Amino acid sequence: MDLLGLANYAVFMAILIGIYALLALGLNIQWGFTGLFNAGIAGFFAIGAYTSAILTSLPAAHRLGGFELPMVLGWVAAMLVAAAIAWPIGKICLRFRSDYLAIATIGIAEIIRLVIRTEGWLTGGVRGITGIPRPFGELPYMQSQLAFLAIVVVLVLLAYMLVERQVNAPWGRMMRAIRDNENAAAAMGKRVADRRLQAFVFGSALMGLAGALFVHFNRSITPEAIDPMIATFLIWIMLILGGSGNNRGAILGAAAIWIIWSVSELLTDRLPTEVAIQAKYARVFIIGLTLQLVLRFRPEGIVPERQAGAASSRR
Amino acid sequence: MPLLDFLNFYLVPGIVLGSIYAVGAIGITLVFGILRFAHFAHGDMATLGAFIALALVAGGMDPWTALPVAMAATAVVAIGVDKAFYDYLKARPKIVTVMASLGVALMLRSVVQVVWGVDPRTYATGIVRPDSYFGILLRPRELYTLASVVLIVVGLALFLRHSKWGKAMRAMSDNPDLARLSGVDNRKVTMLTWAIVGALCAASGFMLGINTELHSMMGWQLLLPMFAAAIVGGVGRVEGAVLGGLVVGIAEELSIFILPAQYKAATAFALLLLILLVRPRGLLNGKVL
Repeated sequence: MDLLGLANYAVFMAILIGIYALLALGLNIQWGFTGLFNAGIAGFFAIGAYTSAILTSLPAAHRLGGFELPMVLGWVAAMLVAAAIAWPIGKICLRFRSDYLAIATIGIAEIIRLVIRTEGWLTGGVRGITGIPRPFGELPYMQSQLAFLAIVVVLVLLAYMLVERQVNAPWGRMMRAIRDNENAAAAMGKRVADRRLQAFVFGSALMGLAGALFVHFNRSITPEAIDPMIATFLIWIMLILGGSGNNRGAILGAAAIWIIWSVSELLTDRLPTEVAIQAKYARVFIIGLTLQLVLRFRPEGIVPERQAGAASSRR
Repeated sequence: MPLLDFLNFYLVPGIVLGSIYAVGAIGITLVFGILRFAHFAHGDMATLGAFIALALVAGGMDPWTALPVAMAATAVVAIGVDKAFYDYLKARPKIVTVMASLGVALMLRSVVQVVWGVDPRTYATGIVRPDSYFGILLRPRELYTLASVVLIVVGLALFLRHSKWGKAMRAMSDNPDLARLSGVDNRKVTMLTWAIVGALCAASGFMLGINTELHSMMGWQLLLPMFAAAIVGGVGRVEGAVLGGLVVGIAEELSIFILPAQYKAATAFALLLLILLVRPRGLLNGKVL
């Protein structure tokens, strides 16, 4: 691989890391600060991706959509629709322990997958959606990649700053209080279920935005592009390994896990075909095992959550 | 529609499917009730059990003889998984164990995929014609399935009601601290629970496999209906899990009247949300965690 190829690859990876960082930040709002178990990340990601794709793509004969709306509108819509789907789920399940939310989010992700595959008039069915615009897509390849990277970086930074600001505000303290001792927080007059619902909806909206970015980066989407369990699980590993409850940890975890995941894919692709398929599944095994090891030996992650005393310097 | 057609094409398949869900849901309700967490590796443990039975069948065993052996083997796997991955998380919030079980689900599934591949498999080839019992059509494998489910449920109910260890399990489900104070060994009860849960997993996976086909994602697709069944019936209640399994199974088959067939899998989810909305304790008054 020559130098230019390497640079191309690095930019490509950086864009994807940015998109995963957004997902990890979204999960951090839900799990890291509030203790909500979302096992349907891939569903909210897919919702965002398809919403923005339908609104901004070129018209096509076999499906609805092709409204050719500006991309920013697509992104906003992606966040709104993801939030709108999260809201009723959260409303029903957040009164109970997080186990129930986990089951329901697995369910909603499955149903979103079913709808995407079945409703061809809306999503193009198995053919998917093509002709999705890309910001600065008319530039030469390298410039266009770099411009996209810039957009992703700006959005990740924006999301990071907004989330940081929010969790250092009284709202963040209240959320951690609810997470660490629900009964005490309720006794202090905090409306536990409502606050959790907020966190769940905000986090899901961020996941929707990540989906929208992904679809504009790829310019097309099919139902196979998102493997529900593996996509969801990778985000979980990113957050837990990076350090749940710490936004920098979430971003670091996204980078580390995505690099390991893709490099291991490069390696297994070089194996002879018979072994390569098995190696592909063995990789999933190792990801599962990694989670167990992190949970056992370093549950706080690489960058642990800052403790209350250290964090409260900014009042 | 004539009554007999309704019975043969909707109700009987619903009952068969429902009793398979019921066996899985009993396992989920036991873990939920006694160990107090949602066990997400349940479906993939069922897949593993089904494939262990497949290996035995490939070795020349009759499928229904292979079933108890596969149940025993999966029981050992379940105990091993608990010792290796859940046990040390005991003191942490339960949700961490839920997460670990999601990781275990992925690990079990990739073991199946590496060892047996991803293509659909069957225990026996060839088409079996159903026999008519007063107009109701049943295949031998469906009869065996229903008989095994009845055997398993009755056996388990008797065990839980009358044996010393069954009572210990129920005591721990009601109140773990009180159970420990009364001399119940929580470690042994946990192990026993996992053995039963593993065996039930294998049974549900096997019965789904013999009535349809085996593939590496079969268990994952069982997970949602099984959880829905456990919660609809009432968490911690064995008879509730049976009732819930039947409700979910029959509802899935009947959903064809109001939903396109592709959305059959959505029925369980709809039932789950409905019961959480109107009666979170379940039909038979179980626990709410």
